[in-house]
Amino acid sequence: MTTTEQPPGGGTASPTGTGSGTHTDFTVGEPVADTRAPLDTPIAERWRQRTFDAKLVNPANRRKHSVIVVGTGLAGGAAGATLAEQGYRVLQFCYQDSPRRAHSIAAQGGINAAKNYRNDGDSVYRLFYDTVKGGDFRARESNVHRLAEVSVQIIDQCVAQGVPFAREYGGLLDTRSFGGVQVSRTFYARGQTGQQLLLGAYQALSRQIAAGRVEMHPRTEMLDLIVVDGRARGIVARDLLTGRIDTHFADAVVLASGGYGNVFYLSTNAKNSNTTAIWRAHRRGAYFANPCFTQIHPTCIPRSGDHQSKLTLMSESLRNDGRIWVPKRKGDDRPPREIPEEERDYYLERLYPSFGNLVPRDIASRAAKNVCDEGRGVGPGGQGVYLDFAEAIERMGRDAVAAKYGNLFDMYERITAEDPYEVPMRIYPAIHYTMGGLWVDYDLQTSVPGLFAIGEANFSDHGANRLGASALMQGLADGYFVLPVTLGDYLARLGGVEKVDADHPAAQEAVSFVTDRLYALLSNNGDRTPDSFHRELGTLLWDECGMSRNEAGLRRALERIPALREEFWERIRVPGSGETLNQSLEQANRISDHMELAELMCLDALHRTESCGGHYREESRTPEGEAMRDDDAFSYAAAWEYTGTGSAPVLHREALEFAYVHPTQRSYA
Amino acid sequence: MTLMKLTLRIWRQAGPDEPGAMTTYELDGVSPEMSFLEMLDTLNERLIAEGREPVAFDHDCREGICGSCGMVINGDAHGPERTTACQLHMRSFSDGDVIDIEPWRAGAFPVIKDLVVDRTAFDRIIGAGGYITAPTGSAPEAHATAVPKEAADLAFENAECIGCGACVAACPNGSAMLFTAAKVTHLNALPQGGPERESRTREMVAAMDAEGFGGCTNVGECATACPKGIPLFSITRMNREYLRALRKG
Repeated sequence: MTTTEQPPGGGTASPTGTGSGTHTDFTVGEPVADTRAPLDTPIAERWRQRTFDAKLVNPANRRKHSVIVVGTGLAGGAAGATLAEQGYRVLQFCYQDSPRRAHSIAAQGGINAAKNYRNDGDSVYRLFYDTVKGGDFRARESNVHRLAEVSVQIIDQCVAQGVPFAREYGGLLDTRSFGGVQVSRTFYARGQTGQQLLLGAYQALSRQIAAGRVEMHPRTEMLDLIVVDGRARGIVARDLLTGRIDTHFADAVVLASGGYGNVFYLSTNAKNSNTTAIWRAHRRGAYFANPCFTQIHPTCIPRSGDHQSKLTLMSESLRNDGRIWVPKRKGDDRPPREIPEEERDYYLERLYPSFGNLVPRDIASRAAKNVCDEGRGVGPGGQGVYLDFAEAIERMGRDAVAAKYGNLFDMYERITAEDPYEVPMRIYPAIHYTMGGLWVDYDLQTSVPGLFAIGEANFSDHGANRLGASALMQGLADGYFVLPVTLGDYLARLGGVEKVDADHPAAQEAVSFVTDRLYALLSNNGDRTPDSFHRELGTLLWDECGMSRNEAGLRRALERIPALREEFWERIRVPGSGETLNQSLEQANRISDHMELAELMCLDALHRTESCGGHYREESRTPEGEAMRDDDAFSYAAAWEYTGTGSAPVLHREALEFAYVHPTQRSYA
Repeated sequence: MTLMKLTLRIWRQAGPDEPGAMTTYELDGVSPEMSFLEMLDTLNERLIAEGREPVAFDHDCREGICGSCGMVINGDAHGPERTTACQLHMRSFSDGDVIDIEPWRAGAFPVIKDLVVDRTAFDRIIGAGGYITAPTGSAPEAHATAVPKEAADLAFENAECIGCGACVAACPNGSAMLFTAAKVTHLNALPQGGPERESRTREMVAAMDAEGFGGCTNVGECATACPKGIPLFSITRMNREYLRALRKG
């Protein structure tokens, strides 16, 4: 079954696609499989083999091919720069005023690479193994192995670009450890690794923009995908300054628009990060895989009140030297320094002696929730645990701690007005990353031919839980090294395609879908602000589809979301016009997509009755309370096909085979 | 926790060619725990509920790293603390305060709407030479060239620039010297940046001038306003690099 035969617009009659019916149903379609990885080749040879098998575009012919890239983060920036270097014509889009501002910039801790500079037993295979295990055996082995292979080249590339990684006195690169692993393979640039890597990609992209090989459209947001004869051929985009809706065409479309964590309202994502590009591609036929696999980061600054607009992450690297604890006694509200050592519970060290404070994120987050649920949480509302550096300061000295974490401590103090050198930090888990995303094959191509998804926008490499310092690795691997090979193969095999312009019926239909929806928002003149809906949806999702999920809660959410969506279209109020910069309109439009995605997330979470990684179903746990997988029933990626808002989606299962890393119950004890 | 009542005087301008004016709003219920932008969110929620257009301002990460936000608060770029507007908290203000909020004011940063300005000139300066030419795939092994720690630290210190434009807004000449110098210093400090050292410096300076930024007269407001602490001395370094580049032809 292919979705490209669907009626355009996803088969909904109304422009708003409100789809009011309540449903907890889905139908099961044909299985889906990756057909691109050469599975008959040993895993370590697969990427080399695929690269060799890939058809090449003659360098002289490359300028005849154009590619649309949406997003300028690590994946999109790296892809745009690299494709342009290779000679393709690139049209690139970002909603920010500059490509340098994509949210990759906020990543703090580091980037993994199997360099084994520490001689501590690291290898490509170990990085592969750790990532498959860390993802709780819900990622595709071929993709993960390739990621580990390419990691080595990424560091070389970034150093050549002038990325100022931390170095030892001998002038060589420094590394540190991150959660879920026992080797030191994380390269970093103080607490601003994402910023430095992104600026490297941005600068490479800027060189291509200045050379006229990338046509850059900042402050322009993709609002629909144009599919012609079953192939992705363009996008509809809105100029955020003038409100102008335009069509843009190319031989292929690459979505590098990031994840959907903002569906929860409060997250560590940038305020404007959104799901619109991938969700609207989903409406046009791209399968959405594992939407319920969301990552909750254990070390974020707790919220301070109802005004809270976003949450700020404190890098996981802090867990290298900080010790996490809560009081042993319920309701102990003494200041932390007055609680004697023997009355503290260093619960991660107690529960997981071999990994201690460095257990993977999902485990650390759930453990924090558990101690807070027991009434032992600290700070306002008891929604926090201590991350304490007293021991590190004593061991290493204040200066050494400052050199390693100074900027993070400063940030913490600016936000909370508490000095972490004197008082332990208070932290609490928050939504941080989404492992789910558009389903892609080994070539990073979605179920719509010619539509590729890279970086956080796809689902491919992290399974049910992403290890720290792996998002930067995956974004850059996809953008610099994987996509340029596989996209070339697609273009080489494409041959001649019909020229498409704005008069094509598919383009006109997409434009009218977009304009109708914007008009519906602007003309409604209701009585509720976009933000009020976003908060309500986010709270609902956090409560029912957050750190811990159960059937009753998910069913409640699935009852409530369609009603909330209906209310959204009845009561939304967006002031101003569509012809100028209108940030309320942008926001409301993004929320309209979150309202649809939220339902699929809950349905995915409901159907997956096992626990795995970040998806924790209370009904499926070990006697110790850890996530318990059900490999017999759920060793697959769930790729969902859209059939209309409020109508039952179709589940396509991709069976996951583990030929190299044998699935076991994860143990970090 | 005592909630504050504030008087906000905000620059409202409907579009690039429209006249603008300071408009006064009274806002109460402001918590000292709010960030400055959350305070503006609160105002905007009220305006939308009243059917009025909210105040437009650029913002995104709200963690002080993306460089999107920027406004002149009581005459200071990003306000009274040395940080970005998104990381400024209302505990820096007191009940009854009158707060003036204006966009960046600089010839090279035209106002788009309210507090939103056009900073694309910065992107063109980077495009003129703010990179190291290292096409994907061409890189040697990362440890092939050791970089002395001092050089790496100097590069990092300057690479921290977030491109917010506070330096330009604070400068009486509307100069982009600190922004440009930060990138020149970052890349010229590294051995990898050596081959393009002179052309980079010449071309970035030329682009900066062509965009209409003013010259530097050593006032130092830029470095005082910089939320990332890019040192004023970087401008001296760039001047030295520039002379060196000119001499080398």
